[in-house]
Amino acid sequence: MKNNFLKYTVILSIALFSKQVVLAQDDLLSIVEKNEPKKKEYVNNAFKSSRVINGHSMEFIGKGVLDTRILHRFGLINTGAKNLYGLDQANMRLGFDYGISKDLTIGIGRSNVGKELDGFIKYRLIQQSKGGESSSPVSVIFITGMTYSGLPFAEPGNPGNFYSNKMGFYNQVIIGRKFSDKFSFQLTPTHVHLNLVPRNIDANDIFAIGTGARLKLSNRIAFVVDYHYILKDLSRDLVTFSEGETEAKTQVEKYVNPLAIGFDIETGGHVFQLHFSNSTGMNEKSFITNTTNKWGKGEIRFGFNLSRVFTVVKKK
Amino acid sequence: MKKILFLSIAILSITTAFAQKKLYSTTTGTTTFDAGTGVENISATNKSTTSVFDAVSGQMQFKIMNKGFEFWSQLMQDHFNENYMESEKYPKTMFSGNITDIKKVNFSKDGTYPVKVKGTLDMHGVKKEIETTGSLKIKGDQVVGTSSFIVALADYNIVIPGVVKDKLAKTVKIDVSCNYSLIK
Repeated sequence: MKNNFLKYTVILSIALFSKQVVLAQDDLLSIVEKNEPKKKEYVNNAFKSSRVINGHSMEFIGKGVLDTRILHRFGLINTGAKNLYGLDQANMRLGFDYGISKDLTIGIGRSNVGKELDGFIKYRLIQQSKGGESSSPVSVIFITGMTYSGLPFAEPGNPGNFYSNKMGFYNQVIIGRKFSDKFSFQLTPTHVHLNLVPRNIDANDIFAIGTGARLKLSNRIAFVVDYHYILKDLSRDLVTFSEGETEAKTQVEKYVNPLAIGFDIETGGHVFQLHFSNSTGMNEKSFITNTTNKWGKGEIRFGFNLSRVFTVVKKK
Repeated sequence: MKKILFLSIAILSITTAFAQKKLYSTTTGTTTFDAGTGVENISATNKSTTSVFDAVSGQMQFKIMNKGFEFWSQLMQDHFNENYMESEKYPKTMFSGNITDIKKVNFSKDGTYPVKVKGTLDMHGVKKEIETTGSLKIKGDQVVGTSSFIVALADYNIVIPGVVKDKLAKTVKIDVSCNYSLIK
């Protein structure tokens, strides 16, 4: 009886002792960490590029970074081999974005479509974060932009020819979330204002909702979709004169929602966004209010965005 | 009688085991690495390295959050987290091992002592034994620990794509410097 008790005590003490040793072996870090508050961590890299395809993405280029962006939208693929499936025609935009701070980017660009100059300011109000107190499940970004068409006035000498007539504006709020390492999604309510519209029944203010999604296929390749739903149908009658005809013909010009799908391919300092879309415009005003080609009819164009970033101001 | 004796031994042994530890720690250690080949500066610094060691047993641990590495270029930092380190999947780098010759260090006498460190580096989902040398500089209750060693990226399944082969070194030099203070 006494012997048994002795045995148990020895075993118990050994067990207790060894448990303590084991604890001591593994838990050095936890001794330090338990006093530390959990830190808030910002979520980055929701998209590879600062654009989904056409529209802005929730991503920023970073402070002191200059992003040179060369955009191409080729002709319609269904024009066939004589046009090299659209590659014979190229519409392009050359642009520069600069990151003033981690949350503020400004950019300018010039497209040959409508000889349009555009500029924007993009500011992140809230960045998605996790851990810690007051973390946010989404990022909220505000963008405001302006466009100016360099085309000559349609009726030279008209006293109503103000330069402001050639201007357009857009405002956007991006609400986006990186759901996982692979998947990100954003919604972009957008307002476009046109100073001058072709007819007085056309709307000056156009509202649209953009959606953008990314699915990472590998570390360097991602599948992206960019779609803008225009809340009000912009379709209108268009009066045209065909050659050899004396009478004007009226036809309905249908405006459609821009849809682009493509792949982001990243190689070192470059991001290539290769895609197919139905729009030619390369700024918000242009692709939202001026897309007429239909996916359903095969009126698709190939295009790419090439982004090359340069670190102008080095981080300390 | 015996019951009391053994119980007291048991309690004693627990408390001794506890009291035997003399822990030094930091949460603001610096870890830098250099993976450049001379073409481009590819280096980064992490200033929130957590580390603890026991001056009695020599046991030593490190924890480094991969996202805490700061590069001079935002793009490099993004690539580091997205493509190479995969920081979402493998958020931290751990080291767990021992200062094998801790007995040679006299913590009550100020001075610099060379030490040997051996243990497991757990990085990018791969655990690998490493061995290196370093030094402990004692000044009162403060200890400055420094070490420098080299790891091969291939050992940790970090793949270097062809386009950056000339810029990115196959082996990375890592420098660690920690200002430890005694936990009382």
